[in-house]
Parts: sequence; structure tokens; C-alpha cells
Amino acid sequence: MNRLGLRVLLDRIVTTLIIACVMAAAIPVFILLLFVLFKGLPGILTPGFFSDLPHPIGVPGGGVFNAIIGTLIIVGIASLLAVPIGTLVGIFLSEFGRNKVGDSVRFVSDVLTGLPSIAFGIFGYTVLVATLGHFSAISASAALAVLMLPVILRATETALILVPNSLREGGLALGAPRWRVTMQIVVPAAVGGIVTGALLAMARAAGETAPLLFTTLGNEFLQLNPGRPMGALSLTVFKNALVPYTNLQDQAWAAALLLVIIVSVTNILARLYVRRAQR
Amino acid sequence: MRVWVDMQTETSPAQIADVSPDIKLDARQINFFYSDFQALHDVSLAVQACKITALIGPSGCGKTTFLRIFNRMYDLVPTARVTGEVLLAGHNVLDPDTDVIQLRRQVGMLFQRANPFPKSIYDNVAYGPRMLGWSKLEVDRIVEESLKDTGLWDEVKDRLKRSALNLSGGQQQRLCLARALAVQPNVILMDEPASALDPIATLRIEELMQELKKRYTIVIVTHNMQQASRVSDFTAFMLMNQQRAGELIEFGPTDDIFNRPKDNRTEDYITGRFG
Repeated sequence: MNRLGLRVLLDRIVTTLIIACVMAAAIPVFILLLFVLFKGLPGILTPGFFSDLPHPIGVPGGGVFNAIIGTLIIVGIASLLAVPIGTLVGIFLSEFGRNKVGDSVRFVSDVLTGLPSIAFGIFGYTVLVATLGHFSAISASAALAVLMLPVILRATETALILVPNSLREGGLALGAPRWRVTMQIVVPAAVGGIVTGALLAMARAAGETAPLLFTTLGNEFLQLNPGRPMGALSLTVFKNALVPYTNLQDQAWAAALLLVIIVSVTNILARLYVRRAQR
Repeated sequence: MRVWVDMQTETSPAQIADVSPDIKLDARQINFFYSDFQALHDVSLAVQACKITALIGPSGCGKTTFLRIFNRMYDLVPTARVTGEVLLAGHNVLDPDTDVIQLRRQVGMLFQRANPFPKSIYDNVAYGPRMLGWSKLEVDRIVEESLKDTGLWDEVKDRLKRSALNLSGGQQQRLCLARALAVQPNVILMDEPASALDPIATLRIEELMQELKKRYTIVIVTHNMQQASRVSDFTAFMLMNQQRAGELIEFGPTDDIFNRPKDNRTEDYITGRFG
């Protein structure tokens, strides 16, 4: 076989190999999603799933209304804590943090990213639940906020680093002080990446279970007061997955499907937002 | 070496005694270092008011480094160090006490690649005046005036709210110029402003410069010798010495530099023997 033929053959072999690897990575994810879809659809389509509260064990029917509200409140409060702080630290790291102080912040942030989420749960328990004397949604929000912080921080820093230096120079050459250049020129230019980071962190927090287990405990009833224990979708999955009642198992699958949908929709919205902001 | 330029002309021989040329920026014995590396060696240059002064020389000879001293842009580099002085209206610009913000409003800069902010055309030009606290009416006025001064007004007056990034390269560069003019500087520094533009856009920038020099002092760094000879009143030729530091070789009226260069090295560069 001549040189050209050998090269073409090698090209085809490697391309096939790469495609096979992509399949190997994508197919299990795909199967998982389909599985959750099929198992969760009956529960989601059951009338009353979205609007009803859970029924006592053994009584058919019921829904996850309280869990949906709970997830929204808990993640909402966590975001209110994590997004402003994470964004500001990210801005600091990018614009004023090219030094040892910045490096240590980055290091700590990276370590936090790898921490098992149950550690955040224990943290929330020790700091807030034990001291306050009761379980509460707000302790879950605090644990989730600490979990979200490094994600938002890194996404913000990355988005800002990507802003070309020529923009900073242009602003400074006009006689703008550094804080103006940072807040009025650089940050608006990076807002797409910052928002995406925040949305992705929120989506991740919505799906976390371990930090919620012994901070908010859960609640069978609708609870709007963040100072009291509150239900959440991930807790519903945890509690109902192993009980021997089919209606509750269906609800567990349906709650899982709902979480998958929330995360997917958030991701898509984030991408659409970035695309629109870039135009 | 510091060169005074004689203002005597053939048409007015009567003006002999009183002609001290109006020096806008007076750089004296500038030595510039990045940590231990010396980038500029003993450069002195007197920039005349309301004239165009061109800095020419081969790549790496320190022209841009020297230009950026005038508006203290080297402050952004932690390892940069300068000795010498640059006098603007009697005050040494390199003095640590200098109000750098004020300085940069008086001495504006146009960069090699157009760097409009990712905002609307209006917001780009209005950025400086708004920062200075001008009223909406005053801002409107200066935006229109600056865009007219750079020849952009007719092209963009119907789409001031659209993003500046949709303009062509030449329009963006003119927008950056309008943005710089809006803070009403005295001096405009231009770092190879047309190097990324096509010949037509380049010509427009050069025409603009001729218009602008009536009111502003312009210093331009350019690789393009033809541009320097077309556009400038005075030319400074720089070269890297043995220690790789930039030096000023020759400075004088453009006509003299290009037709009667005093230094061999200037002549070699002009005639293209090296570059």
C-alpha cells in the first residue's frame, strides 16, 4: 500500500476510534436520561403531582407541591448568599488578585470544589442546626451557598480573564480610575459568562441531597418559613425510593425527572442567554 | 542629545529673534527599564504644539514604549521604571505626585487595534463625558461634535444606540478617536493607528489627522515611512543600540529627515537598506 493509502487508512481508523469513545461516553448518559424519563413519566403525569401535598404512607395519590416550593426557597436563599459574594470575589481575583493573596484564595476555592457534599451538610448541621437547636431550611441554604461559592467564583474569574486587555487599556487611557474600568467596562463585557456560572451553580445546588439531609430534614407539609424544616425534591427522591409503596416510588422517579428537567432547562437558558448577549 | 528645531522659514525672514517654538511635551533624558532590562537609553524629545510628530524606526526599537510614557500607561506594568522627566505645561508628568487621571484626560491615546467598548456607539463616545459628570444635554452635544470631528456623524447618526462592534474596522478606529476627543484632550498619542486598516481607511485617518492638528498636538508611532513623510511635520528616528536599548538617532522637520538626513543610519533606514 502506498504512503497516501496508509495515511488515509490511519485517518479512518483513528476517526472511528474517536467516534467509538464519544459513543462510550455519551450512550450511558443517554440511557440514564431515557431511563429516568420513562420511569418518571407516569408519576409526573399523574394528576395532582404538582399541586398536592404528600399523602400518609399507604394512602394512594399525593404530590410534591411542598417539595417543589421547598427546593425553590432553599436554592433561592442560597443563591442570594452565594451569587453576590462569589461574583465579587471573582472580580477581585481577576482584576486585583494576581498575587499571593489571590493564589491562596484560588487554592482554597479549588479544594472546596472537590469536597464531598456531605461535608457541607455536616458543616451546616454543626454551625447552624446544633447552635440554633432545630433543623431549618436556612441552614440548608447556608450549606448550599458554601457549595456554590467556588463554582461561581471560578466562573466569574474565568469570564473576566477572557475580556481582552485592550478594553482595560482603552478605559484607563480615557482617564478612568481602575474601579470604574473594572465595574463599568470589564464586568459588563463578561456578564454572559458570569450569569452562566451563577445559573449552573444554582442548577447543581437544586439537585444536591447530602447537604440537605441533616440541615433541613424535610417536611411533609407546605412550609414557607425558612427558619423551620422544609421539604425539597432531592429529599423526596431519597425518602421514597426505597419504600414498598408504588405510588411513592413513582413520585420518587417523577421528582428525579423533575430535577433533571430543571437542570437541563437551566443549562439551555444559560446558553441561549450567552448567545443573545454576544450579538 | 536634545535638538531644538529652528522655526525660521523662507517666506518670513523678518521673524528672526522671537521664535522659540511652542513646546507642548518636553521629554528629557528618558531612561526606561523593565526590571533590569533597559528599553530606552537617554532619549530626549521636544514635541511641538499643534504639529504632528512621527516616531519611526525598526521593530523593537522602543517607539511604542516611549510613546506610552507620555500618558503614564507604563503604570500598568509593575516592573517598569523610568528616570528623567517629561514636562507638560511646566509640570513633570513622571512625578509620582502627578494626577494620572487628569493627565490621561489631557493626553489621549489611540491604539494599534481599535478597542471600542462592547456598548452602543453613543455610550462609547459618551463614556468620558459622563464620567466627568456632564449633563445629558452637554453629553449629547459633545458626542455629536466628536463624531462630526472624526467624520463618523453622517454614517452613524441614525444608529447611535446600536452596538459599536458592528462597525467596520476603520469606523471602529474613528469611533475610538471620537471617544478620545470627547474628553477634550490637548495631545493625542497614536500607536500605529492605521496598521490594521485597509488603504482607504488609512487615508481617511490621515486626512483626519491633518484636520485635527489645528487644535491638537499629535504624536504618532508608525512603521510606515511613507505615512510618516506624508502626514507629519517633525520626525524622530529611533534605533536599538548594542545593549538592545532604544535611542533617538535623529530628530527634525520631516522634510529634512527624509531628504537631507544627517546620520548615516537614518539614511540607511529611509532608503530601505534595513528595516
